[in-house]
Amino acid sequence: MDSGQPILEVKDLEVSFGEGPVLHGVNFTIRRGERVAIVGQSGSGKSTTVGAILGLLPGNGRITGGSITLDGADLGGASEKQLRHIRGRQIGLVPQDPMSNLNPVMKVGAQIADALAANGHQGRDNIRQRAVNLMTEAGIPDAGRRYGQFPHEFSGGMRQRVLIAISLAGEPELLIADEPTSALDVTVQRQILDHLQTLVDARGTSLLFITHDLGLAADRTDRIIVMANGHIVEVGTPEQILLNPQEEYTQQLVAAAPSLLATVTGEELAGASLPVESKAASTTILEVRGLVKEFTLRSQHGKKFLAVDNVSFSVERGTTTAVVGESGSGKTTIARMILGLEQATSGEALIDGKSITASDGAVRRALRRKVQPVFQDPYGSLNPTFSIERLIDEPLRVFKVGNAASRRARVAQLLDQVALPRTMAQRRPNELSGGQRQRVAIARALALEPEMLICDEAVSALDVLVQDQILDLLAELQNRLGLTYLFITHDLAVVRQIAHQVVVMKAGKVVEDGSVEKVFMAPEADYTKELLGAIPGASFAR
Amino acid sequence: MIRYILTKLWQSALTLVLSAVVVFLGVRLLPGDPARAMAGEDASPEQLAAMREQLGLDDSLPAQFMTFLSNLSRGDFGTSTRTGTPVIDLIATTLPVTLWLSAYAIAVAVLVGVLFGVIAERFRGRWPEWFTNGFALLGLSVPNFWLGILAILYLAVGLGWFPASGYVDVLSDPIKGLYYLTLPAVILGTSLAAVIMRQTRASMIETMNTDYVRTAKAKGLSGARVLTRYGLRNSLIVVVTIVGLQLGGLISGAVVTERIFALPGFGKLTLDAVFTRDYPVIEAVVLIITLSYIVINLSVDVLYSVINPRIRIGGGN
Repeated sequence: MDSGQPILEVKDLEVSFGEGPVLHGVNFTIRRGERVAIVGQSGSGKSTTVGAILGLLPGNGRITGGSITLDGADLGGASEKQLRHIRGRQIGLVPQDPMSNLNPVMKVGAQIADALAANGHQGRDNIRQRAVNLMTEAGIPDAGRRYGQFPHEFSGGMRQRVLIAISLAGEPELLIADEPTSALDVTVQRQILDHLQTLVDARGTSLLFITHDLGLAADRTDRIIVMANGHIVEVGTPEQILLNPQEEYTQQLVAAAPSLLATVTGEELAGASLPVESKAASTTILEVRGLVKEFTLRSQHGKKFLAVDNVSFSVERGTTTAVVGESGSGKTTIARMILGLEQATSGEALIDGKSITASDGAVRRALRRKVQPVFQDPYGSLNPTFSIERLIDEPLRVFKVGNAASRRARVAQLLDQVALPRTMAQRRPNELSGGQRQRVAIARALALEPEMLICDEAVSALDVLVQDQILDLLAELQNRLGLTYLFITHDLAVVRQIAHQVVVMKAGKVVEDGSVEKVFMAPEADYTKELLGAIPGASFAR
Repeated sequence: MIRYILTKLWQSALTLVLSAVVVFLGVRLLPGDPARAMAGEDASPEQLAAMREQLGLDDSLPAQFMTFLSNLSRGDFGTSTRTGTPVIDLIATTLPVTLWLSAYAIAVAVLVGVLFGVIAERFRGRWPEWFTNGFALLGLSVPNFWLGILAILYLAVGLGWFPASGYVDVLSDPIKGLYYLTLPAVILGTSLAAVIMRQTRASMIETMNTDYVRTAKAKGLSGARVLTRYGLRNSLIVVVTIVGLQLGGLISGAVVTERIFALPGFGKLTLDAVFTRDYPVIEAVVLIITLSYIVINLSVDVLYSVINPRIRIGGGN
């Protein structure tokens, strides 16, 4: 292995879709055995760079300038046939979303076998044996049996392992991992990346790691390339980038990265803990008592499934309580029951001492007014045919508050509160960015002057800088309006940034709860420790 | 899976019984009197009464229905009031003609439709797509009786490539049989081919842009393999559903096509029976058409779960 030799050289790369270029003069080199990260937000051009290297640019995208050289051979001028030979054999790809990257109608084994056959392996039995070996290597237990299963029979983490097996089938010299774990829970993310790292190290494969998460990049690579708007902003070692960023953009990114904040040391944490408004802190606004939700699984002969298993906690007025857990932990089901969108099997949720789970009619409507939701997906939760004004004043119409003029004034006031220009009222959701849409969702939630907002993963679909702005907005609104938040999230880093109290959930049960300081500094449950340990970027905490 | 099929079968049986009731009542609500149709315009009242009794038409409706059901359960569709031959014999001679014609038409339609659909997707914005789109537009908008007449005029009479009419039993002489059926099958399959083409094109455009197709390309697979195993295989799920829904239309199309090409098929039998108020034949024909709808839907369901493993119920492992 002649380490130190460049395997991939990208020079002055320019890529265009339609008219203008979206990548401008991108330069970088990856040496043999080196691990390099490209970090950037959506639209920064990181995925376009990957597409250009593989010759798989979407739509009418094409390379309009510069060169990409792999092992001395120019990829820009390569024919489709030459590229096909390079893909899989010389460059492997671990794609982003394990849910959408496997062919749903093909057995997973066959999809790995496909990659083996394309890379020159022959003989049915030989290929099958190799595929099973690859699955085992990628950490899939009972690979021989699972070879014959379909993707929908695999969990997200297991699917990502299948994709890793596929990417390694052709024993590539360079592996491109394009946000390989951003769709997965943190603990699963850690297992998979640890595993990927051992595989890559053992083979001496070079790694190009694409991510939006600075902490993750710092943990996993030797060099970080920060990209924004199709340009490279800054390049450096993880230490340089995280501890001594030169460019303003990088500094912003580092400051906003929640995963880095989550790992602040003890003294700093004690000093920096969020102040609780003392005047309001004494009363309980929400109390959840022994809440249970049981689902009957139709596909499995009526077997019962406990989504929420005897959960109790309470929320003080004017504070933020985070319910944190991985997918399937029951956190969203709890939110839905508190909102009255889901019937509780037993137990109750009390708002200001009145049970919303047991009430109906006018009482329930009154309680609903006090608690408003903000949902995760700012693209899916706003009706695209409504204007922003219509979206925000809908709760007012529903509850017949005021007349047309007063509603219009209220919308303007709400737009001010969420820092959106008043002129936006007549626009439609598709003209807005993700962050702006989430501001609209918050404005709508505030329309009825609720006492409490239930934010269900309200920032997890947003880029870090935008996420940071929305969290700031929420904190500011809380101070100004004395709001109470119940914050449902999978992201411990966000919890650290916004919450006073935290409830850690796993498989429908509360594993641990308490103040953020206590849970972060002195976690008692093993699961909490595991979750905290899985937050990337710990070694670079400031 | 077995349980799923059993449920479907039970539902099908229920549908069949209900349609038997509807058919029985519907036929009797039709204007016209089969006894008069049989006995002739100038039959005396006595002759008419005798004819009624012979046909069992003087019984009460419930009694007639019970006779109808009990005969049906024994597979006895009765006797044609027009020709006096058992209905079952009439069906046995005409149904195979229509089945061969339909199967042939479906085969042609699927072949042409899928091929053109893939071509249209592969050559988007270039002349092959314009050609296939034009074909689809014509196939959908030109009525097939007119297309049939044109085909007879030019391909059969003018060029003499195909026979203009006639039928040869496919089982006893497959080559000649299929040769005689080619023109009718192509005409009958045209509109179905057009629908399949449009559907294949649309769903190919969608699947070829999915992440898993990109991943398949990143594996280094050949273009053909990506196209068939990743693109087409997934596109066909939608296509099969559409084809299943369209097959019903094929039956009514067959009636017209058989008429044009003078094929001694089920469609001709149906028309003749309706014109002569041949109650037993109409009842049998409608029941068999119902049955074929049920069989088609059931096969589409089963086929659907074969090509789409996600909906295999109780399957896996």
